[in-house]
Amino acid sequence: MNEDLLKQIAREAKSIRDKILRKQKPSMKFPLRNLSNVKFDPKAGFFQIGRKTKERTLAVSTVKTFAQSLKMIALSKNLIETDDIATKREAYYVAKGWSEEIRFAEQTESDAVLDDVEAFFSVNREQLGFVPEEKGGEVAGRLVVYDVDRDSGEELAIDCTRFGSGAYSIPISVEHLRFESGAKFILAIETAGMFQRLVKHNYWRTADCILVSMGGVPTRATRRFIRRLSEELDIPTYAFVDCDPYGICNIYRTLKVGSGNAAHINEAFCVPRAHFLGVTPDDIEEYGLPTHKMTDVDIKRIDDALKNDPFVQHYKKWQDALLRLKEMGYRAEQQAFAVHDLNHVIDTYLPEKLERANQFLP
Amino acid sequence: MGTSKEAQMDLLAADAPAAPRSARNGKATAQSMASRQREISVSEFFSRNRHLLGFDNPRRSLLTGIKEAVDNSLDACEEAGILPDIEVQLTQVADDRYIMRVCDNGPGIVKSQIPNIFGKLLYGSKFHRLRMSRGQQGIGISATSMYGQLTTGKATRVISRTGSRRPATYYEIQIDTAHNKPQIVRDEQCEWDRAQGTQVEIEMEARYQRGRQSVDEYLRQTALANPHLKLFYTAPDGREELYERSSVDMPDEAQEIKPHPHGIELGVLMKMLQGTPHRTLQGFLTQEFSRVSVRVAKDICTKADLKPNGRPKSIAREESDRLFKAINATKLMRPPTDCIVPIGEELLLDSLRSNVNAAFYASTTRPPSVYRGNPFQIEVAVAYGGDINAEGAVQLMRFANRVPLLYQPSACAITRSLIDTDWRNYRISQSNNALPTGPLVVIVHVASVWVPFTSESKDAVAHYDEIIKEIRLGVQECGRKVGEHIGKMRREAEASRKKDYIAQYIGHIAAALQEITGDSDKKTQSVENNLQGLLERSRS
Repeated sequence: MNEDLLKQIAREAKSIRDKILRKQKPSMKFPLRNLSNVKFDPKAGFFQIGRKTKERTLAVSTVKTFAQSLKMIALSKNLIETDDIATKREAYYVAKGWSEEIRFAEQTESDAVLDDVEAFFSVNREQLGFVPEEKGGEVAGRLVVYDVDRDSGEELAIDCTRFGSGAYSIPISVEHLRFESGAKFILAIETAGMFQRLVKHNYWRTADCILVSMGGVPTRATRRFIRRLSEELDIPTYAFVDCDPYGICNIYRTLKVGSGNAAHINEAFCVPRAHFLGVTPDDIEEYGLPTHKMTDVDIKRIDDALKNDPFVQHYKKWQDALLRLKEMGYRAEQQAFAVHDLNHVIDTYLPEKLERANQFLP
Repeated sequence: MGTSKEAQMDLLAADAPAAPRSARNGKATAQSMASRQREISVSEFFSRNRHLLGFDNPRRSLLTGIKEAVDNSLDACEEAGILPDIEVQLTQVADDRYIMRVCDNGPGIVKSQIPNIFGKLLYGSKFHRLRMSRGQQGIGISATSMYGQLTTGKATRVISRTGSRRPATYYEIQIDTAHNKPQIVRDEQCEWDRAQGTQVEIEMEARYQRGRQSVDEYLRQTALANPHLKLFYTAPDGREELYERSSVDMPDEAQEIKPHPHGIELGVLMKMLQGTPHRTLQGFLTQEFSRVSVRVAKDICTKADLKPNGRPKSIAREESDRLFKAINATKLMRPPTDCIVPIGEELLLDSLRSNVNAAFYASTTRPPSVYRGNPFQIEVAVAYGGDINAEGAVQLMRFANRVPLLYQPSACAITRSLIDTDWRNYRISQSNNALPTGPLVVIVHVASVWVPFTSESKDAVAHYDEIIKEIRLGVQECGRKVGEHIGKMRREAEASRKKDYIAQYIGHIAAALQEITGDSDKKTQSVENNLQGLLERSRS
C-alpha cells in the first residue's frame, strides 16, 4: 500500500475542504501536459515538464468536472487501500453507476479526468490504481524475468528463450520484476509482424539479443520495461521502426525521451539510451526499398516536429533526416525488405547495420 | 377634410354607366351620349359599390351592420352623457339569413328624424362637424337598412323612446331606392321595457362564422376599447357573453373644433366661401377657421392680393385659387388638440388586464399631434406572456376612435408602423418585413377629429408620415418596457437554472471530500452549505 500517496491524497482533499470552510473558492492546479510545456535537457536525456500550469477553480462552469475529479480521487483512494486496480474502462463503468447528472457520456471524458488526477498528484496513474486497457509489448530472447506468484509469494523465473514461436507479455506494472541476461543489446521493433519473423527464425540466438515488440507507440509499461533492462543489464537499445514521420517522431521519440502528455512521469518512462537503427531515409536508397507517397498528414507531422518538438530541435541530424524525408516525399515500411527476399532483413540488413552501430541516429 | 356630402352626390352621378358607343363608326356623339345620360338611383349605386361601404360578402355584411349600429349607439350615449348599456342579438332565420338586433339606453331619437336616419342614405349629424366620433359620415346605418332591404325585401324595424314620460315609437321603414327617401311602412306607439333608448332590427342575407374577423371579435375588442361600456351579446347559437364595464367614468366630452386652414381642400374652401354668413373675407377667415387671428387673416389677404373687406361670396374662381395658395404659404399655429379624448393609459391597461390574461402589461398615451391640420393622438398598449398564444405573429388590435378595425390589416399604417419597428431590440423575434412573433398582444388606438382611412369602408388608417411616426414612438415605448420585462424574466430563469444546476453537484463534492477525509457529517454539511453560497455568487 502506498502510504505516502494516501497521505498526499488526504492532504489535498483537506486543503480543498478548508478552503470551502473559509468560504473561498477551492481550485486544483495541474501541470499543462503537451509539447509546449516540455523541455529537452540532453544531460537528463528525456522530456521534462515545464512550469506552465492550468488551474481549475470551482465555478458554475467547472462544478461538474470538479465533482467528477473528486469522485475519481475517492475511487483511487479506495483502490490503493484495497490493493486493487481498475482499468480506465472499468473506471468509466464505475462512474456509470453514479447518478445521472455526474456520469460520463464517453470514456474519453473519464480518461481525461483520470489524466488530470494523475497530473494533479504528479504520479503515474498505475500508482493511483488505474491501469491502461492497452496491451503491453512482447519479449523474446536471451532474458530471464523473475516475477512473483500472488498467492504463494514464490518467485517465478520466466525464461524468454522458451516461448517457442510465442513470446512473453510485459505486465502492466514492471517495478517488482528482476532480470538476468547475457544479451549484447535490445532490439525494440515497431510491428508485431517483423517481431514474429525474427522470433520464428530465432534471430535472438544468432544476434545474441533481446527482442521487444512495441506494437506502435510503446505503452508506459513497455517503455519502463525496456528502460529497466537497458540500465540494469547495461546494454544498448536499438529501435527498428518504419521510415516515416510517425515511426520517427512518435514511436521512436516517445521511446527515447517520453511523451508531452505524460511529461510529469517521463523521467522513469523512457529510454534515453535508445538509438535509431533504422529504417533511415538513406536505407531506402541503399537497399532499394519500395516506397509510398507521403500524405498531407505525414508532411504536416514533419513540419510540426521541426517547429515544435524540442527533441528534434536539439538534434541537427534529426532535422536533416526529416528534411531529407520531406524532400524525397516517400516513406518505406520495415517489412519492405521482403522485396528482395523474405529473410533479407535477417541475413543482410540487420547484420550490416549493426556493424555500423556507432553511426546510428541519436 | 375629405369630400363633402354634395361632392359625394356628384360622385354618384359621375359613376353613371358609360354611354354605349355608336355602332356605326365606333365613336359616340354628344347626342348619343346625352340619350343615355340620366340620374342613377341610390340602390344602383349601392349595389355597384357596396364593397366600398363594407358589404362585400355575407359574412362581412353582418359585421358591418352590427358595427354601424353599435357605433351609433355609443356615440349617442356619450354625447348625451349616458353610460352605455348595449344589447346585441343575432338570430338565424334561414340558412343564409339572420336578424340583427341592437338595443341601447341612449337618448333616443326624435320621432320625426327616425325615418331619415334609417331610411335615407347620406343623412346624419356627423359629416358636417369636425368632432371626434366613431361614425364620421353618417352613411352606416342607412346603408345597412338598404342592404337588408335589397337582400331580403324586409323593412327595418325601429323602436325609440326619448324618455320615460314619453311613449315608445315603433316604425317599419323601407327606402325608396329610386329617390333615396324613407318610406314608412308602419308607425305606431308601443310598449317597451326600456325607459329610453333605441332599438334597431334588420334582417339580411348573412353568414355567421367565429374567428378573427367575426362579430364576436368585434364586440370583444369594442368592450376592450370602451371600458365604460356594458355589453350583452347573444350569438346565433344561443351563447351569451356579458362584458361588464371596468370603469364608471364617462370619457370626457369631445369638443367640436373649427377646421384648420391647412387641412382644407380647394373645393371645400370654395363651397365655404359661398355658404358663409360673414360679409368680409377677414371675418370669414377668422370666424370659420381655427388659429386665424385678424393679423394672420390680413397677412393671408395681402399674400393673395385680395381685400380683407371684400365679400366672400363674390370671390372669383382664380381668386379663390390664390387665396388657397396664400393660406398654405402662411405659417399658422397648430390646431388646438384638447378636442381629442384618449382612452387613457390607466383605463386602457385595466381594460386589457380584464380581457387578456398575461404576465406583463404596459400602455402609453402619446401627446396629441397634427397631420394636415387635423389633430390626432396615439395610444398603445401591450400584453406579454401568460395565456397568450406564443405561436405565430403577435395579435395586433387596431382601433380608430375606439372602433376596432378588423379588415385590411396589411393596408393599414398601424400594421406598417409595427413592421417598421425593430422588435429584436426588445428581445422579441421578428423576420424581415414582417410582424414580430411571440406571446404578445398589441393595441394601437388612433384618435382624431378626422381619422384618415384608405377607403370608405373604414378598414385601414392611411399612411401619413406624422401618424406613422407617432405610432412608432408609442410602440417603441411599450416595446422597451416589454423588452425590459423579458430581460428580467430571462435573468431570473437563468439564475434559477444556475442554482438548480449547482445543486446537482455540491452533494457529490461534499460526499467525495468526506469519503477521502473521513470528516464528520456536521462538517460535511457546512461544506455543502458554503458551496451553495460560493457558487451562487460565482458568475461563470
